[in-house]
Parts: sequence; structure tokens; C-alpha cells
Amino acid sequence: MDTKIPNQKAWFLVLPVVLLVAFNAIVPLMTVVNYSVQETFGDNVFFFEGVKWFTEVLRSPRFHNALGRQLLFTGIVLVIQIPLGVAIALAMPRKGPWVSVNLVLMAMPLLIPWNVVGAMWNLLALPDIGLFGRAFNAMGFDYNYTRHPVDAWVTMVAMDVWHWTSLVVLLAYAGLSAIPDAYYQAAKIDGASGFAVLRHIQLPKLRRVLTIAVLLRFMDSFMIYTEPVVLTGGGPGNATTLLSIDLVKVALGQFDLGPAAAMSLVYFLIILLLSWIYYTVMTKDEATS
Amino acid sequence: MKLRRLRFLVPTVYIVFVLVPIYWLLNMSFKNTNEILGSFTLFPRQFTLENYRKIFTDPTWYGGYLNSLKYVLLNTVTSVTVALPAAYAFSRHRFLGDKHLFFWLLTNRMAPPAVFALPFFQLYSAIGLFDTPFAVALAHCLFNIPLAVWILEGFMSGVPKELDETAFVDGYGFWRFFLRIFIPTIAAGVGVAAFFCFMFSWVELLLAKTLTAVEAKPIAATMTRTASTSGYELGLLAAAGSLTIVPGAFVIYFVRNYIAKGFALGRV
Amino acid sequence: MARIRLTNLRHTYSPAPRSEADWALKKLDLEWADGSANALLGPSGCGKTTLLNIISGLIRPTEGTVRFGEDDVTGKPPDARNIAQVFQFPVVYDTMTVHDNLAFPLRNRHVPPAEVEARVREIAAMLDLGPTLGQRASGLTADGKQKISLGRGLVRSDVNAILFDEPLTVIDPHLKWRLRSKLKELHQKLKNTMIYVTHDQTEALTFADQVVVMNEGMVVQSGTPVELFDRPRHTFVGHFIGSPGMNVLPATVEGGVARFLGHPVPTATQPKALPAGARLELGVRPEFVRLAPDGIPVRLTKVSDTGRLRIVEARHGDVPLKLLVGEDERLPVDTAHVRFEPSRTQLYADGWIVT
Repeated sequence: MDTKIPNQKAWFLVLPVVLLVAFNAIVPLMTVVNYSVQETFGDNVFFFEGVKWFTEVLRSPRFHNALGRQLLFTGIVLVIQIPLGVAIALAMPRKGPWVSVNLVLMAMPLLIPWNVVGAMWNLLALPDIGLFGRAFNAMGFDYNYTRHPVDAWVTMVAMDVWHWTSLVVLLAYAGLSAIPDAYYQAAKIDGASGFAVLRHIQLPKLRRVLTIAVLLRFMDSFMIYTEPVVLTGGGPGNATTLLSIDLVKVALGQFDLGPAAAMSLVYFLIILLLSWIYYTVMTKDEATS
Repeated sequence: MKLRRLRFLVPTVYIVFVLVPIYWLLNMSFKNTNEILGSFTLFPRQFTLENYRKIFTDPTWYGGYLNSLKYVLLNTVTSVTVALPAAYAFSRHRFLGDKHLFFWLLTNRMAPPAVFALPFFQLYSAIGLFDTPFAVALAHCLFNIPLAVWILEGFMSGVPKELDETAFVDGYGFWRFFLRIFIPTIAAGVGVAAFFCFMFSWVELLLAKTLTAVEAKPIAATMTRTASTSGYELGLLAAAGSLTIVPGAFVIYFVRNYIAKGFALGRV
Repeated sequence: MARIRLTNLRHTYSPAPRSEADWALKKLDLEWADGSANALLGPSGCGKTTLLNIISGLIRPTEGTVRFGEDDVTGKPPDARNIAQVFQFPVVYDTMTVHDNLAFPLRNRHVPPAEVEARVREIAAMLDLGPTLGQRASGLTADGKQKISLGRGLVRSDVNAILFDEPLTVIDPHLKWRLRSKLKELHQKLKNTMIYVTHDQTEALTFADQVVVMNEGMVVQSGTPVELFDRPRHTFVGHFIGSPGMNVLPATVEGGVARFLGHPVPTATQPKALPAGARLELGVRPEFVRLAPDGIPVRLTKVSDTGRLRIVEARHGDVPLKLLVGEDERLPVDTAHVRFEPSRTQLYADGWIVT
């Protein structure tokens, strides 16, 4: 499968894709870059400002706070979803009549429009008439996610876990299904314990899948916008204002084109950088093993 | 031995956790707003279909669904169609800049929609597509096309080159081979790619809302408007939300046998 | 080490079998002597892997018993039977070194470390794995990994039997013979009971003292390689073994003499009582079909040169048959006469030999 035919005419096959994606990617990015280095006082008159917006953004406490919240959110979410997803996948039956039922039910949260997810949890967590909200208050907690920042965070994290753990489960499940039976049979014959099977067969074979799962969850949680906005609107105050939310506030809310553009670029670069680092580290490990 | 049986509790508990919010939403959709605000019941005391009736008869509501479906289908068809020849090129040929191109495509999957909200707003307004399903369909191409190319390339690499060579020796022209022989061979891959394109387009809302106003307004926008202006018509909101789950459930049911295979590529 | 006995064994994969066709293994009885080298030979789907998995304990047979020595192990799981199994593709623990791979089964059984070391080194030396002991198992070639799989089985000194499920499948062709010789060598040294499943007759006939030929879930014949070659009890065996396989020709019996399209053919044994309406066939290997001045007239259609011998394809009437001719022997051009060697010609009724 490594012998590919060199053929420059293949560009024609790729052209439609390049045009459509470039149209959507390059033109807007150029606009963003354009705005990020210019200042306007209205009337469509622009002045070149160099790196002023970048330094302003990178120094602003507002940006630091949003970034900090974002990193915290992504960290918590990864720490919960990855092990949980793998654990569930390990416990799922691999053969038999329940397999497709399990898969279909688990995939459901992934296909619900993100605003509905936010709305669902918004209603669910309402302290007086929501199922969870009422349950928590009945248990003695003074729970109100619209007023207490900690409650808002807990609800937001729970919502994300509910929403996206299934992705990790499905990826891990697929990875586990790819392990041939012979490995389990050999382990049985070798007298290996369940824990040894996990450690020496299952987890090593899941390595590639887990890399992808972590990468995807990192990227998507770092970009999250709709669900928290519908759930808390970024509040109370700006307790749950993550990076995307802050960016949209600045861009579409305040129409501060310059700072918004600079922030966008920094945002994009952070994701690219962190993803690239993670990806390189993980695949380098794979190459040497 | 007992521990073995307890194992199945884990996915069961998780599935219950998954279903509870969905159940709650359905529960609320069958109540009227007074009952929701006035009392707390696990099952509607006064079961009513009023909310659903409103949605099916009021054009602002069902129009929202139609608009959403319009751009999702447009996008899915477009993305998969252009991705097919491109994926073939990546899978079978080496050409100038191919590796870099592939990588560049993938980086678009990493683009935060928030970054593109304002630029897209200006871009699509400038070319006069603002407030049409075409705008959203095209905008979603940014991340759906790379996704489709990635998935299809994976499936295509699993088809031996001998198939192509035999067809060409037999006298098939490229397009005839591609359409009549190759694509049917990777039918499962096309299904998986279409599924994921549908999924990501159906659920994405920041761009969908930003690029529409009145004509092409997706259901999401209608829902948020309801929540803010008429001050909490909760039952209606719940019914609208419940209905958005239907297309997804439908689609999953159809591809349930391919779910494992699609995720197995690890290319979501 | 153990004598393995299978009694009244029958297996089906379907929960409610209705006809014979639903049974993956039809009723069979087999016995393998302690320390013997055996092969299970047959085409894909004949049930040999099912049988192997029943012996190893990965499958529980629907009916019948499996005995190792005097113990009835039918209900016991694989790790309680003390067997080792080598699969079609190498199964190694990627994250561990070769050394730790070999030590794994012993450590799981809490064998003292000093003994583990000694045993691992001994087996590694036998398998020529000594220099690679410190390497990561995932870095070895396919045949190296299969040796590790084998080693994990050999390292336990109390192994009852070693089972091989088409172990050379992923090995490069030019390395296959090396691994095959190694297996034979190991058998002679260690004298474990070994059962080798394959669809390749060369592997089976060179490795085993006793070969069991299977087809469609049935044991067709069990015997030494020579027995299988000389006196196939079923036309399937004759056909499957030998390259080219046995000629199977339509026959009739008149007046106690077998006839091939009218020509009388003397056979090894006199055809006695024949089941009424049975399909009669004559079986004779191409090696034992000779050119003769008189006999059955044939038309020569094709000659293939394999070096020392030539395979000649001929036709008598509509029926094709093959014969082997030495490289120095003179070959007629169009037509010839052939004779079958009587002691190597057998009569078959409905596929089974008539004794």
C-alpha cells in the first residue's frame, strides 16, 4: 500500500476540495489577519497598527482569565471523560444481542444539536422545577447554578461529560473490538489475570485510539461555545466565560474588530501548537516502541 | 464469578444517565407551561399534545426544521461528493505538495468556529448569500470536507490497487471505473462519511445562527428566540428540542451496523 | 505429557440443530499416543480448528468427552488443562521483552525466580532466541514472534500437549521450512504430544507420525503418511494427498471383476459384496499408471515438465487421467496404452474403499 503512482494530474481531483475549503479558510483568515494589525475609527478608514492588538490581548487580564478558565475546563473534562469512556468500553459486551442496542443508545447524545443540549441541561438543573436541581436541593445542597459559580461549573462539567463521553466510549470500543480473540485465548492459556490482560493486551492495543480520543476531546472542548452559552450564558458574571464565549462577545457583541481578530489568531495558534505538541509526542513514542 | 456479572452494570448505569435528560425533555414536552412552572411531576399529570400541535402548524416553527434540514443535506451531499475524488487522489497518487495539503486540510478541523463567526458574517454578506441555506452549507464545508476526505481515504486505502489496475486494463475509463466499480466497493465508507457530515452539520449552531436571519433561520435560532422574548414557553421549547432528536435517532438507527466500523478507523 | 482420547465427540455451533449439516463436527472417536507428533489435515471449513479448540478447552463440545490420560477434562478451562497453543498469527505481549514474554506463564503460576530464569534460558537456547532476550518483543520478525509464542508454550515443563493452529500462515515462504525443521527437532528432543492443524499436506506429512484427514466435520482417515499415500480409504484422501492427486475413474463391476469403461482392471483386492446402487470408482495414483504396449488406450493431451518427472494428462473416451513418466522415458506422441499397477489400484463405493 506504500506504492503510490506519482501523478501531477491528480491535482484536478483535489481541486474542488481545495477551492471550497480554501474559500472558507483563507479568505476569512486573511480578513482576520488584516483586522488584527489595523485600527479603525469608523467610516471604513483603517490605520496600520502593527502588533498593538496582539500585545494588548496577550497582556490583558481579561484574556488571561478566559484562557485560565478554558484550560481548567479542558483539563477537568479530559481527566473525567477519558478514563470513564475507556472503563465503560471495557465493560461493554462485545458479542450478543445487546451490542447494537448499547451502541445506538450511547450514540444519542452525540447527535443532539448543541443548543438543545444546553437547553436540556438548563431546564434539568433549574433549582425549583428541574429534575436534577430539585434532587440536589432535596439532598441538602444549596444548589443554584444561576447564582453560584461552583454550581455553574459543576453543571457545565456534568453536561459535557453527558454529551461527549460517548465519543470516547465508541472509539475505545471500536479499538477493543479490533483485538483478535487469539490474544485473549493465549492469555487464558498463559494463566494471566484480568488485570494482566488489561495491562499487557488491552491498553497497549488501545494506544493509538486513545491518542486520537484525547486529541479530539482536547480540541473540541477548547473550542466549545454553544452548550455553555445556552446553559449559563457565560455566568454567573463571567464565571463560566470560556475562550470562545469571550471571543464572540468581543467580536460580535462589541464589534471590536482589531482585538477580536488578534484574539482569534492567538486562540487558533494555541490550539494548533498544543495539538501539534501532543501529536508529535504521542506518535514519536509509537515509532520507537 | 459474581464480579463478572456486575460488569454489565457499568454500561447500564451510564445508559440510564444518558437517557434521563432525554426523558426529562420528553416529559416536559407533553406538559403545558403552567404545569411545568407550577408543580414538579415525573410524568405529565395533564398529558397534552398542544406543544407539538403548535410546532407542526406554525410555519415559524416547522420552517426552522426545514431550513436546518436543507442546509444539512446540501452540505452532506456537497462534502461527500467533492471529497470522493480528492480522497482517491490522496490514496492512490503522489503529487506535488500532497502531504502538506492533507495536513492543511486536517488543521481546518481544528479551527474554532468562534474565530470564523465574524469573518464568515462579512464574507457571506459580501457575496450576497447571507440568510440562505447555501451560506451555512458552504460554511460547514470548512470542517466537513476535511473530515469526509479523511474518512474516505481510510476506507479507500483498504481497497487493493489491483482492482483499479484490472479495470484500466479491461478498458474502463477513469470516471466509469470510479462511479461504477470503485464507489460501490467502498459503499460502507461513503455511508460513514455521510453520517459524520450529517452529524456535525446538524449539531453545529454558532455558524448556522450567525449566517442566517429570517429566511433561512434554523430551528436553533427559533428556539433561542422563544426562550428570551416570550419569556419561557417551556413546554414548547421542550417539544421543539425533542423533535430535533428525531433525525439523529433515525440516522443512527440506519447506520447502527456501521457505527463500530466507522469509529474503528479512529478518524472521527 | 498425556495420551489424548476423544470419545463420541460431536459439536454444533447452532443452538437448535436440525440436520446433519448443522453439526460442525460429526461423531468421531480419536486417540493420540503420549509424545506423538500428529497432524490434523483438511481443507478450510472441515472442522479441524473446531476440533483443536475443543482439545485446548476454548470450546466445550456439545456431546462427548475429552480425556488427558485418565482425567476427564471436558469441562475444564484451558489453563486447567496444561496445554499450550500456537495460533495462526504470532501472539506476543508487545510491551514486554522477549525474556519477559517467555517468563510470563511461569510467573503467573508463581514459579520461583531462579527456576524461571533457568527455564527461560533453556528454551531460548533451543529456539535460537538467546541473543534477542533483552529486546522488545514487538521488534522481532514474524517467525521470531512465532517462536516466542511457541516458547511460551514450551517453557512450562508440565505441558500435556502443544497445539498448533496453522502456525506457518504468516511466515515468509523461504523461512517456512526452517521453522518446520525446528518444530520437528523440538519434538524429537522434548517428546511432547503435539497436534498440528493445517491445510497444507507437505507440512502435515513431513511433521507428523500420525495424520488425521478431515473433511466436512468427519474424520475420513487416520494413519501414517505412508498409509495415507498407499491406501487411501476414501477418494477424498487420495485426491487431497499427493501432488498430483489420485486418479478417480468411473467404474463398474461385472462378474467379480472391476471394469473401467469396459476394460477389465485388476485391483488390489477382490471386490466382494457391494452396496446396491452405489457409485463405483477406481482409484490409482499417477505414479502407478504405466505406459504399456497394450492395455487401456488413451489419447495424450498435455505434458508438463517438472524436472525429474513429467506429468502427462491423457483421456480415455471422455474421462481424463494423469500419469507420471520419468524424464528419460520415451513418450509416444498422440496415443498410447496404459496399465494400472494392480496392487496400487483400489475400488471405491460411494467414495469409500471396498475391502
